[in-house]
Amino acid sequence: MCKGLLGKKLGMTNLFTPEGKCLPVTVLQVGPCVVTQVKTIAADGYNALQLGFGEKKKSRVNKPLRGHFKKSGEGVFAFMREFSVDNPEGYQLGQEVTLDIFKVGEKIDITGRTKGRGFAGVVKRHGFHGGPDTHGCKSHRVPGSIGCSAWPSRVLKGKKMPGQYGNQKKTIKNLEIVDIRPEENLILLKGAIPGSRSGLIEIKKTKVGKKA
Amino acid sequence: METIRRLELEALRMDLPDFSPGDTVKVHVKIKEGEKERIQVFQGVVISKRRGTTNATFTVRKVSYGVGVERIFPLHSPVIDKIEVISRGRVRRAKIYYLRKLRGKASRIKERRIA
Repeated sequence: MCKGLLGKKLGMTNLFTPEGKCLPVTVLQVGPCVVTQVKTIAADGYNALQLGFGEKKKSRVNKPLRGHFKKSGEGVFAFMREFSVDNPEGYQLGQEVTLDIFKVGEKIDITGRTKGRGFAGVVKRHGFHGGPDTHGCKSHRVPGSIGCSAWPSRVLKGKKMPGQYGNQKKTIKNLEIVDIRPEENLILLKGAIPGSRSGLIEIKKTKVGKKA
Repeated sequence: METIRRLELEALRMDLPDFSPGDTVKVHVKIKEGEKERIQVFQGVVISKRRGTTNATFTVRKVSYGVGVERIFPLHSPVIDKIEVISRGRVRRAKIYYLRKLRGKASRIKERRIA
């Protein structure tokens, strides 16, 4: 069985459980994905499915990719990702994989690209407290001292400093599936996931036996 | 966004009566005690309503043994068994927080005539 799918984040809302608890819920549009390549141990050294997802204009596809897509049928896709699979023999090129592989209550991992915040300071990037705004203080959002003097006379590796924040690949593990709407290709998850609305996400089954 | 709007609309409760700030209501709340479930009634004046789809809440105030008690209910929560409107009050603002400062005769609310 295929262990993951591609999807799109639609946004967040909240829902009540029958007991009256209010759950924060992320709504995902998941699949249907199309198998664009089947990788086997014999041919490639490992078992995997390459899945395509997302619309793309045919005229925007370059020739090498057009040839690749031709093998799996008519459709062209904006995104392709590989997912491991136990039985690659059970899948053919062009076959659709839907969210039937997931169950309500199951734990999944979500990989996405976080919102880019550009070159950010330490207050935003690392949650430093910064200095006081008033009382004659002149250091407001600066990191302050970044190390000692004569020894070690260098800045320690890994020191939290300003820099690029966001627009990184992040994985959130062990998110619970609250609800599945197969007819609309929707998955409702408990909790938040990385990225903005309409961002591409990878949904994978959480490895069983691994502690969260 | 449309999908989310639709999901929220599905989750809303349409069975509740229409009421507004100033009204006196009885809120029947389901309370779970271990295995058993019972219903508790909270009666008081609605002093505010917060709008929103699934986020909507309303605040009910009552004076119990001389102590003011306010409870905020999520409007669309399944915990609410039913809401009874006891009387309609005539008030001029949407949030009648000034009621907190009034006691006795001054905290009465005139009944609204419904045409």
